[in-house]
Amino acid sequence: MFELTENRNTKGRELRTSVVESILELIKENDKVVALEADLGGASYFNKINKAAPHNFIQMGIQEANMVGVAAGISIVGYVPFVHTFAPFATRRVLDQIFMSGSYSKNTINIYGSDPGYCVGTNGGTHTSFEDVALLRAIPEIVICDGADDTQVAWIVKEFAKMEGVHYLRANRKAVRDIYKAGSSFQIGKGNLIFEGKDVLIISAGELVSDALDARDILEAQGYSVGVIDMFTIKPLDEKLIIEQAAKAKIVVTFENHSVIGGLGSAVGEVIVENRLNPIFKRIGVEDKFGQVGSPDFLKEKYGLTSKRLVKEIKTLSGKM
Amino acid sequence: MRDTKIAGLEKMAAGVRYDILNMLLKCGAGHLGGSFSIVELLCVLYGSQMNHDPANPDWSGRDYLVLSKGHAGPALYATLAHQGYFAHDQLDTLNCGGTDFPSHPDRLKTIGVDVTTGSLGQGTSQAAGVAYGLKLAKRDNHVYLIVGDGELNEGQCWEAFQFIAHYRLDNLVVIIDDNKKQLDGYTQDVMNPFDIAKKMEAFGFYTMKVKGDDLEAIDLAVSYLRRVGSTAKCIVLDTVKGQGIGYFEELMDNHSVKFDSQENQKAAKAALDELEKLMNREAENV
Repeated sequence: MFELTENRNTKGRELRTSVVESILELIKENDKVVALEADLGGASYFNKINKAAPHNFIQMGIQEANMVGVAAGISIVGYVPFVHTFAPFATRRVLDQIFMSGSYSKNTINIYGSDPGYCVGTNGGTHTSFEDVALLRAIPEIVICDGADDTQVAWIVKEFAKMEGVHYLRANRKAVRDIYKAGSSFQIGKGNLIFEGKDVLIISAGELVSDALDARDILEAQGYSVGVIDMFTIKPLDEKLIIEQAAKAKIVVTFENHSVIGGLGSAVGEVIVENRLNPIFKRIGVEDKFGQVGSPDFLKEKYGLTSKRLVKEIKTLSGKM
Repeated sequence: MRDTKIAGLEKMAAGVRYDILNMLLKCGAGHLGGSFSIVELLCVLYGSQMNHDPANPDWSGRDYLVLSKGHAGPALYATLAHQGYFAHDQLDTLNCGGTDFPSHPDRLKTIGVDVTTGSLGQGTSQAAGVAYGLKLAKRDNHVYLIVGDGELNEGQCWEAFQFIAHYRLDNLVVIIDDNKKQLDGYTQDVMNPFDIAKKMEAFGFYTMKVKGDDLEAIDLAVSYLRRVGSTAKCIVLDTVKGQGIGYFEELMDNHSVKFDSQENQKAAKAALDELEKLMNREAENV
């Protein structure tokens, strides 16, 4: 059960701290939990795991492919590995390793891909992942989560440790605005229906859920009835919730820190079309573009991932602009 | 004692080679060259050196074999059948729809297979992970990682080798099947490996060169390396692609052999007859 925070303008722990603290708690309960890092321990704070529990930390050097393979191998002898690198290197660089050593072999690999999409900031276009969800979504049995705030990210990490298989968490390293109250719990594969609405349904994931809620505030003040779903598990997708809520809405928009090709928007669109639902539907995300350098705020603006754009698009779709 | 043991391994090698050839002949084609080149190695590992129990394939004390050059799957299946992991007649289902014996080893399908391989290079990292985990758990099991010389083209192998050497995973032996050929031709023409043993030494491995058709030499080397500690360890196995049957050794394109010509079929049948004689040879005549 989740509860919303009273103040959506405060920020929680940094998400990397959330991940690291959860892993350390897991290690206390289960000595088989290990963390693997590809020479980004200072960036991910995985070096804190090395300090607190050196036995449970494996420094991999700059070897992402080997890291995924070693994680798969160590899971064969009973360990529960968590690997970290930046989102693009945790996915597109090691796609075949995730496929064969991981999912195809039914080995367990928990992946934290940090700074997805615009969170990349000044690391720029080479380090940008607008396609990570699209790439992984086509691989059978993978679980894909986009963490919305520190409470949810902490919960996701703990939940991953309970399941076998390949699990991918994309999330910022830095602090993001609060959405959920501490102690909230969720369910993998179940979207969070945060608000129900009669006119518009916004389906989002990750930290953009906060922006979706901002857009809702603006639209509600102007007389729209707006529902918001936090679809934090992109795979397996909560088709039931989409069908149930999209059937009631006149307009459905998806809102994601990812390319509009192959991510949350595509997944939701597939469900809407195949179930012959007939809302006005639009995917709002990155329009088939490469990334670039800039502050996250600059990039957010540049790629149209702001609440302002969301409001504008919804109003255009409703014919009331 | 040793003579009896080696004589037993010789018979085993004949039997394993017979089963590989028989399987591929029934399929009409298959990865013969790289399967034959590791027959003696597999016989030493399963028939002499590895701790394993066919009646209890998941035994926690077992040694792990990772066949990173997964296309030699038929050689592994024939060896496992010989050791009694499953009935011989199951080998006949190789590559048939729904089989538990796919061309490349699959840990979810075949009894006795611990690691899925096929996409080259990936077995090296998985083996490293298994070895690291066993050490972390203070378990005594050993890991034997078989890598193809052509497979060394893959960068991932060298990532894994650095890792194995850095962490001194002395519970793992890297065995490189240096059969000098890969699919498109000689390794030195396709992508020159230069001196593999020197490269492994430069990567921090204690390295031995061993004749790949010499059962006694392989047995001694593996037995010796089992006792060598505190370092990464490697055997560069000097083999011949298609090893053991003259006709297939000389066949240039022997990575995957098709049995669609009368010549190849005839050679295969003659080889099967020859191998059968070796398999049935009485101990006193050895």
